[in-house]
Amino acid sequence: MQAGLNLARRHARARLFKSFCIAMTMFSVLILGVLVAQVSMLGLPWLDWDFLSSFPSRFPEKAGIKSALFGTLWLVSLTALFAIPTGVLAAVYLQEYAKQNRITRFININIANLAGVPSIVYGILGLAMFVRFMDLGRSVVAGALTMALLILPVIVIAAKEAIRAVPASLRQAAFAVGATRWQVTRAHVLPQAFPGILTGVILALSRALGETAPLIMIGALTYIAFVPAGPMDEFTALPIQIFNWTTRPQSEFHELSSAGIIVLLVVLLLMNATAVYIRYRGSRT
Amino acid sequence: MMNSTVSGSPGNSAEPDPAILEARNVCISYGENLAVNNVSLLIPEKKITAIIGPSGCGKSTLLRSFNRMNDFIDTVSQTGSMTFRGEDIYAANTDPVEVRLKIGMVFQKPNPFPKSIYRNVAWGPMINGMRGDMDELVEAALKRAALWDEVKDRVDESALTLSGGQQQRLCIARALAMKPEIILMDEPCSALDPVSTARIEDLLFELKQNYTIVIVTHNMHQAARVSDYTAFLENGVLVEYGETDQVFTRPANNRTEEYVTGRFG
Repeated sequence: MQAGLNLARRHARARLFKSFCIAMTMFSVLILGVLVAQVSMLGLPWLDWDFLSSFPSRFPEKAGIKSALFGTLWLVSLTALFAIPTGVLAAVYLQEYAKQNRITRFININIANLAGVPSIVYGILGLAMFVRFMDLGRSVVAGALTMALLILPVIVIAAKEAIRAVPASLRQAAFAVGATRWQVTRAHVLPQAFPGILTGVILALSRALGETAPLIMIGALTYIAFVPAGPMDEFTALPIQIFNWTTRPQSEFHELSSAGIIVLLVVLLLMNATAVYIRYRGSRT
Repeated sequence: MMNSTVSGSPGNSAEPDPAILEARNVCISYGENLAVNNVSLLIPEKKITAIIGPSGCGKSTLLRSFNRMNDFIDTVSQTGSMTFRGEDIYAANTDPVEVRLKIGMVFQKPNPFPKSIYRNVAWGPMINGMRGDMDELVEAALKRAALWDEVKDRVDESALTLSGGQQQRLCIARALAMKPEIILMDEPCSALDPVSTARIEDLLFELKQNYTIVIVTHNMHQAARVSDYTAFLENGVLVEYGETDQVFTRPANNRTEEYVTGRFG
């Protein structure tokens, strides 16, 4: 009886595990901190209005990020436009309408597989399908369609999880007062699932914001001295510009790339903040 | 040996009450699993019929088949016939939405919409295009559900601020606002305290003036207290069906007697 209890040792193990978890958390935060500090040190001195409002140049002091920033805003907006309705509606179908049979399971598994396909493969697909076959050229819309394909699985999976988390009792209550499937979905399921769907959408768009490989594949330009005026214009994007600057030998360009990273991070934080704000407002009503 | 030739119509009285719902040779299965086995019964109009039986005997499955709530479970299949005022509930041209307008339902756990009290009651009539004074309709439904006095000053507050018992009465009001003819109740008091349970039981007596009520319960005392007729189900088989008095005091079947006297279940 006495021998089996061993309380002191069990508590010691519990403490050890807790310290280990804290250490791992600190490690992640530390890495992020070092990264942000490094980037800020190099980039902040270059970050001013001129940097945001100038086009790239071969002279570092004249170079700016305007075309890449606008290219990214165009790209992410159009990607959202294509991917969000498609992804959410696919999730609604799979979760609310489709019978849970072998075909549905097959589709679900393959959507999960698609989420794991390397982004360069989507670039190849985009090049063949949108740039060449549909003859959209190296336009923003071709890039956005490629990005939409890339993030679609992420949106579908996140939206499906959010919809699945809506309690079945709520649907039954609505059906029992003579609602159709559409009325149940619109009035009860989607509003309840909205915060979860939004989180998934923001995560997916953040990914589109940072992806470089598929854009290079479909031929987004690296040097561009204009802002896209429409979806058919050629474009460049922030990660491409950042990548391009890091490949230059001059150290000034490396510092410019750090400034570009800061801009990218700010865009990302603004997107997240918008989502937090929308969720906060949604939870109050 | 189970009595497999139980009479489908309740009671031995000379003049049985007119039936509003009729199940004939109904079998319901989940995949390979038979949950309701060849049940035939008549539900009399404007009476309270209780369905009792041990857990997993198929009573909820049977109840939910009356307003086609099993449609949402992909693996469920059903045979036999089921009619409401002589019309086939499961005919190819029967719209399940229309069935549910006539046959409302109250669930085991109170499940109000996470919206205002008012909207909980008004949503059903609204989406079904009911015209007229919505405020009046909401008030009438809440009064009938004996909830009006407690909520009349705060109908715009979230339904989730109500207590469990109040929420369940709100769910009853929500069903009543649809002006159904039948209300199916699936263990409506199992999540409630004794005081709330007593209030709901009182309410049932009021409601049976105007509505037919079918209530599933695993509480035999509740069945004995509130119902006019009682059906006893075991392993999906209708063992006995009759006037509640008779089922509880002079059951025709041994199994019924053992169950209602608490020897098993």
